[in-house]
Amino acid sequence: MTVTIEHYLLLSAFLFSVGVTGVLTRRNAIVVFMSIELMLNSANLTLVAFSSYLGNSIGHLFVFFVMTVAAAEAAVGLAIIIALFRLKLTTNIDEINILKW
Amino acid sequence: MIQLIYLTVVLPLIGFLINGIFGSKIKNEKLIGLIGSGVIGISFLITVGAFFETLALPVDDRQTIVTLFTWMNVGSLDVSFAYQVDQLSLVMALIVTGVGFIIHVYSIGYMHGDKSFWRFFAYMNLFIFAMMNLILADNFVLLFLGWEGVGLCSYLLIGFWYDRKFEKSTTADAAKKAFIVNRIGDFGFLLGMFLIYLTFESLNFNEVFSRATTFAVPEHIFGFIALFLFIGATGKSAQIPLFVWLPDAMAGPTPVSALIHAATMVTAGVYMVARASIIFASAPAIMMVIAVIGILTAFFAATIGIVQNDIKKVLAYSTVSQLGYMFLAMGVGAFTAGIFHVMTHAFFKALLFLGAGSVIHAMHEEQDIQKYGGLKKHMPHTYIVFLIAAIAISGIPPLAGFFSKDEILWYSYANGGLIFWILGAGTAMITAFYMFRLYILTFEGKERFGHDKHPHESPKIMTVPLMVLALLSVIGGFIGIPEIFSGEHGNRFHNWLAPIFKDAERKLALFGTHSHTEELILMTLSVIGAAAAIWFARYVYLKKPSIASNTAAKFRGVYNLLWNKYFVDEAYDAAIVDPIVKSSRTVLWKFTDNKIIDGLINGTASLIETLSSNIRKIQTGIAQLYALVMILGIAAALFWIIFSL
Amino acid sequence: MSLETILFYLFGSLAAIAAVIMITRSNAVISALFLILNMASLAGLYLILNAQFIAVAQIIVYAGAIMVLFLFVIMLLKPENERKFMASSPKVKIFAIFIAAIVFFQFAYMIFLGKPSSLVAQDVDASVQAGTVEEIGRQLFTNYVLPFEAAGFLLLAATIGALVISKKKFE
Repeated sequence: MTVTIEHYLLLSAFLFSVGVTGVLTRRNAIVVFMSIELMLNSANLTLVAFSSYLGNSIGHLFVFFVMTVAAAEAAVGLAIIIALFRLKLTTNIDEINILKW
Repeated sequence: MIQLIYLTVVLPLIGFLINGIFGSKIKNEKLIGLIGSGVIGISFLITVGAFFETLALPVDDRQTIVTLFTWMNVGSLDVSFAYQVDQLSLVMALIVTGVGFIIHVYSIGYMHGDKSFWRFFAYMNLFIFAMMNLILADNFVLLFLGWEGVGLCSYLLIGFWYDRKFEKSTTADAAKKAFIVNRIGDFGFLLGMFLIYLTFESLNFNEVFSRATTFAVPEHIFGFIALFLFIGATGKSAQIPLFVWLPDAMAGPTPVSALIHAATMVTAGVYMVARASIIFASAPAIMMVIAVIGILTAFFAATIGIVQNDIKKVLAYSTVSQLGYMFLAMGVGAFTAGIFHVMTHAFFKALLFLGAGSVIHAMHEEQDIQKYGGLKKHMPHTYIVFLIAAIAISGIPPLAGFFSKDEILWYSYANGGLIFWILGAGTAMITAFYMFRLYILTFEGKERFGHDKHPHESPKIMTVPLMVLALLSVIGGFIGIPEIFSGEHGNRFHNWLAPIFKDAERKLALFGTHSHTEELILMTLSVIGAAAAIWFARYVYLKKPSIASNTAAKFRGVYNLLWNKYFVDEAYDAAIVDPIVKSSRTVLWKFTDNKIIDGLINGTASLIETLSSNIRKIQTGIAQLYALVMILGIAAALFWIIFSL
Repeated sequence: MSLETILFYLFGSLAAIAAVIMITRSNAVISALFLILNMASLAGLYLILNAQFIAVAQIIVYAGAIMVLFLFVIMLLKPENERKFMASSPKVKIFAIFIAAIVFFQFAYMIFLGKPSSLVAQDVDASVQAGTVEEIGRQLFTNYVLPFEAAGFLLLAATIGALVISKKKFE
């Protein structure tokens, strides 16, 4: 059968859910970050799919900016993890809980 | 002058303000005394002027209303600061300003050297202000203003030496007692005022009293109004059951006792009954109640006075007793006689108190008459005037007390019945007895004080007022000579006041046909009785003091009863005061205030504290938990979107 | 069975499986590598959708720069291997998987409810044209020049921020 846009959207939703699971279940901060990147990618896929099916470039441009922001965010986030690691010597999220009650 | 009558109210107020605000800076006692007495003196002159002007008016048209400004004007209630100058208020105003002025001058000498000299005169002026408001008011509300004001000043002046001990407690406690007991009476007065407004839709005297004859009001309403007003009067004028504050009020300086608790404030109740005579006349049952309470108070207070040893206490119970006479007169419908006795009583009772003050000063604050004796050599002027006052109060002709007291006794027989006369005459004899006991133990006989005391006569500033009062006690009665001596319409005092009471007297339909002969017989009997009592007192206390102590020993029970004032204070304490204090403490304080109100507030605070300390546990600091909550939120939002599609 | 269909199922299943494996490995490096695989298959999917520029940008930026950065940090920090996936606090993990599944099914439901494909037919030529570098460049420098410049600033700020945060000591 032909591949309709629903297939792409379904795939994107699946990737998004996998990313959510990764964020909620993993202990390692870096892997959590990677799961966030996965979620961003799934959003990109949705945008590109729509853009292709509607025939204009708006979605592509949006993806362009999403990638830019994702790059910046990854850089800064990893810098923070490095700084935290220097303090706590661990990347386990459970042990970074100073901002509690 | 009549138009200037408001000055008699305003000037004492100004005196109060000047002495009150600047008094502590004015170091000159004479200046303070001058201001304090001067304003009263000027008020007296204005009152005299108003009197003569009113005298010149035709007999039926002697009322003038002087309005200052409107106080409240709501719906049908229209109350102004307006003063009613008529025969009754002029009599009272003359007494208040005249005797007041004399006492103020006396106080300059008596309070000499006191560290709060200025405060005394400030309070005295404030008192005269309130009293004049009371007397001159043309409506119930302004009268009540003055009523409350004199109660306040009584409190302030009784507790003037607030750091002094007095009997079992302090002067402050005595002042509080006076104020509180007054307040109970005032509550009755307020109820009466409310009822008056409900019934007559006004609180203005002229309107209410004219409507009292024209409106169709059931008798029991009049009864309630009269009863409530009378309760107020018992509080202010120290009748049964609210007389207990007057003996304690002797904690204050003697001029205060003379002015407030003899001549003026305590007569406010009598004045009020006189003013509202038409209301009382419309409730004959209450009139009987008034007469009965009056005579009972007179009798019982007199019996207590026999055994007291404090010079001021004797005079205090004497005041209560004489006030009982005034209410007896009111109760039997002899309004004029009651007011007449107010006037003469003011003269000789003030004289007695001021004389006692003179003695107390001379004996360096000693008030126990058992430590007096033989003072007539040392204080000749005081001795003479005190003797005159004692004769006057005993009802010996031709002094003032004889005329007023005898008029009351006659009307109590003519309108009330023989029993009233018997009790009244008996009280008169007891009065003569204890008064002369007081006089003899103080001034005659052997000296019973130690040689460290050197009594001397008081300075002129104190003795001259005494002499003026003595003169008034002698000639004051001649205004009201009864008709048997002065002929038809010869009683000038009666004629002066007659237009005020004519409505009430018409309603009571009294003054029928008792003969002049009866009057003469009764008069002679009472004079003989009084003279006998005086002779008996002389015999016991001068010649054979052992009779007194033997009688006391033989009738130990009765003596104790009298000495302890029939245990009335103790009864009130046990029945009313203690239960209220106890229930306040346990119910209101410990339970309501501590547990409920505090509990509510503290409970709310601790509830919030518990809630928040539990809710804050959500902040675990772990980012994944927050992410989980976010995802949960997203899921919920998506559910909502789905269900709304 | 057109070429498009086969390629879609190939790349799609590759991306899905790589994603699932990524989140279940205990070794962080393995996870990163599988993420790279995932991104590569996504690039393939973009090509199927005529998004030439985006596909290449994905390889260069994402797989080539960002993931390399991740690998550098992983190897710098040398994190310990986590325990097996379900070993620690399985209850929370099951709950999380449950919630994620719920979210997925909600999305699926909405997709099949909306049926976007019945609304619009694909315009192949336009989509080819839209995905070229030329078209994207034109849009960026005319209509969207402001976000473009803003993105430049953002990158500048991120660079400086990353430098500052990860320095060893503040003098």
